Amino acid sequence: MTMSNHAKMTMIQAIRSAHEVLLQGDERVCAFGEDAGYFGGVFGCTQGLQEKFGKTRVFDTPINEAAIVAMATGMAVNGMRPIAEIQFADYIFPGFDQIVSELSRLRYRSAGQFSAPLVIRTPCGGGIYGGQTHSMSPEAFFTHIPGISVVMPSNPYDAKGLLIAASESDDPVLIFEPKRLYNGPFDGDPHKPALSWSAHPKGDVPTGHYTVPLGKADIVRPGNAISIVTYGTMVHVARETVRAAGIDAEIIDLRTLVPYDMETIAKSVNKTGRCVVVHEAPRTSGFGAELIAQIQEDCFYALEAPIKRVTGWDTPYPHAHEWSYFPGQERVLRAITETLEA
Amino acid sequence: MTQTPPKTELAPPKTPPKETPGFCVPEPSARPGDTPDFSAISALKDETAARPDSDCAPQDTFFMKDSLIRVIGDDHKAAGAWDPHLPTKTLRQGLHLMLKTRLYDNRMLKLQRQGKTSFYMKSRGEEATSVAAGMALRTCDMLFPSYRQQGLLFARDRDMVEMMCHCLSNARDNLKGRQLPVHYTWKEGNFFSISGNLGTQFPQAVGYAMASAARGEDVVTASWIGDGTTAEGDFHAACTLASVYCPPVILNVVNNQWAISSFSGIAGAGSASFAARGAGYGLPILRVDGNDFLAVYAATDWAAQRARAGHGATFIELVTYRADAHSTSDDPGRYRPKNEAELWPLGDPIERLKAHLIALGEWDEARHEALEAALSKEILVAYKTAQEHGTLRDGPWAPTPTMFEDVYAQQPWHLRRQRQDLGV
Ligand SMILES: Cc1ncc(C[n+]2csc(CCOP(=O)(O)OP(=O)(O)O)c2C)c(N)n1
Ligand SMILES: [Mg+2]
Repeated sequence: MTMSNHAKMTMIQAIRSAHEVLLQGDERVCAFGEDAGYFGGVFGCTQGLQEKFGKTRVFDTPINEAAIVAMATGMAVNGMRPIAEIQFADYIFPGFDQIVSELSRLRYRSAGQFSAPLVIRTPCGGGIYGGQTHSMSPEAFFTHIPGISVVMPSNPYDAKGLLIAASESDDPVLIFEPKRLYNGPFDGDPHKPALSWSAHPKGDVPTGHYTVPLGKADIVRPGNAISIVTYGTMVHVARETVRAAGIDAEIIDLRTLVPYDMETIAKSVNKTGRCVVVHEAPRTSGFGAELIAQIQEDCFYALEAPIKRVTGWDTPYPHAHEWSYFPGQERVLRAITETLEA
Repeated sequence: MTQTPPKTELAPPKTPPKETPGFCVPEPSARPGDTPDFSAISALKDETAARPDSDCAPQDTFFMKDSLIRVIGDDHKAAGAWDPHLPTKTLRQGLHLMLKTRLYDNRMLKLQRQGKTSFYMKSRGEEATSVAAGMALRTCDMLFPSYRQQGLLFARDRDMVEMMCHCLSNARDNLKGRQLPVHYTWKEGNFFSISGNLGTQFPQAVGYAMASAARGEDVVTASWIGDGTTAEGDFHAACTLASVYCPPVILNVVNNQWAISSFSGIAGAGSASFAARGAGYGLPILRVDGNDFLAVYAATDWAAQRARAGHGATFIELVTYRADAHSTSDDPGRYRPKNEAELWPLGDPIERLKAHLIALGEWDEARHEALEAALSKEILVAYKTAQEHGTLRDGPWAPTPTMFEDVYAQQPWHLRRQRQDLGV
């Protein structure tokens, strides 16, 4: 561990800082994506890095997500450590085949002779009036693929530490970045003035190298009455919900979805006896289904109430009805209350 | 007057100089503060291109892969084999529709800036690529556009209030507030549902055309994608399908030089023109000055005649320039010179058609001003009417339960339950 200074960073700045640390420290690292080179990405996550590190380390790609994933795979197989950006998670699907059939199985099918340690990062989630093609949370599709890790940070500190850990991991890691959190925490109330990361403890980020380990959840609020298992934007929504209602909930920010931190979850649920799972993605076959299945297997005799899910609806993400779709505080509170009263 | 096509000569392969060991990452000729080098485009300003017959062999069009079909010259006159000899009424109609498209765009941008909706995309500088194409096609022909062909809707006389209500995502939006602004759908107008996912419509258009052909219908299907989108697999899928099945389809690539911040070289334009790619699939190709209303009209008409006569698909590259930002989320000043549009050698489509009409003695500044004033008024009236049906910011929107509709033909139990959960 190097001693390092701290700075106030947004999630975008923290992600950029992670790139910078990685590009600086390891010449095998390169970063690319649509508009990611000269322009620095449509959200600015790689801004200024081409100028600093040169065009063959930070560069624009043609608009072809399959090509981006496949190229990253080839590079990684040949000794590089690529960090590829997919401009929006909604646009990752042309690259799905390369992820499902190739990238994720390479180590297995070659009996360990080949592997592709790389990172794919992509902004996900709604809350910015992006309509159905700039709002998806498609993480569940990817948690179903053996051979890749799936990560979703909820704050600048974790975003940087997880990205560095992902790049240093020997297996492919897919990071979903909730774009509604890029510039500030969001508690689910669109009518409140925007919050800033500078006032949030997790907006205080070391400027140098550090990691947040993959596979480790974070208890963002300890409590005894109920366990809330969540990740991404919903961490903030859940937190504000229980704060406002004065509920002694334990909130677990998963941070890594595969492999998820069952030890932390089970410990919490065995303690509280009640659990609500919250995610923004649609309900049917969402990641919540996996979590609940495992929790009931592992903690059945500690449970005092059925586990509830709060999720997005099973519709495409609508534009005008964004806030009827988004699982806001009211829906979270209702599930918590029902679980506590059950 | 048809000239013999020049013999195709292979251009020498361009090998960009290597700065350091490594691979090559192409750069545009200019970045902010620089002066762009458009000499390669300027060199294509020639109105003498040969016009092969529309039933020719695909190979007879390949000479066009590195040239441009042009009709309106810098002297504002129409010349050459491609002149469609349109009646002046049609020319004035074209001018009217292009100007309407531009003024509509300006108004909608303001609306977005006022916070009444979330997003907007203009087509400034590219109006001819959709208006002229839309006019050359018949209303029974099917359109599979991208998000930058609003000119097609004007060419089909789509009600402007309806267009605005969609962009406002309000209670009268025909898409029930589900889509991001400018992602229009208009089935009665044979205008497909615009997708936000790039390129998907290209192979779909081929399939649509195959269905028309299978039923023996006299329908041509046309689709449009951008230069950047040619990199997607769907572009190649469409070209393959079109060359295998010879369906009545027109595949248009609108090469407006930019894909957000990436210049066309990132899509491979430095190695071969987009038209050359069509030729690679054995498709007949037309490479067109996309800012020349008459050239776009003539090329579309050629391709439509070919399709109707049963000779299959045509690939058209429309060379134009995206004169404004990519969208309201973009700041082009960060990646290209501010004055690049003014230096674009193919000019502005509205100015060029206007000057042509004036040269013909069929138009003048006073009439142009009057047209602009009349259109501005018409747009303002429509804008006020549209807002009476609500805005994205303040509502009213489509009734909330509608968000659970149309996921399936019949609402299954789980969606009914979710609707009840929401209490609507
Ligand atoms: C599959 C997919 N990938 C990425 C995007 C994001 N995106 C939207 S527009 C655009 C640029 C498209 O450029 P071009 O095809 O040249 O069309 P233009 O905008 O210039 O009309 C990009 C990358 C998308 N919409 N869909
Ligand atoms: Mg373009």
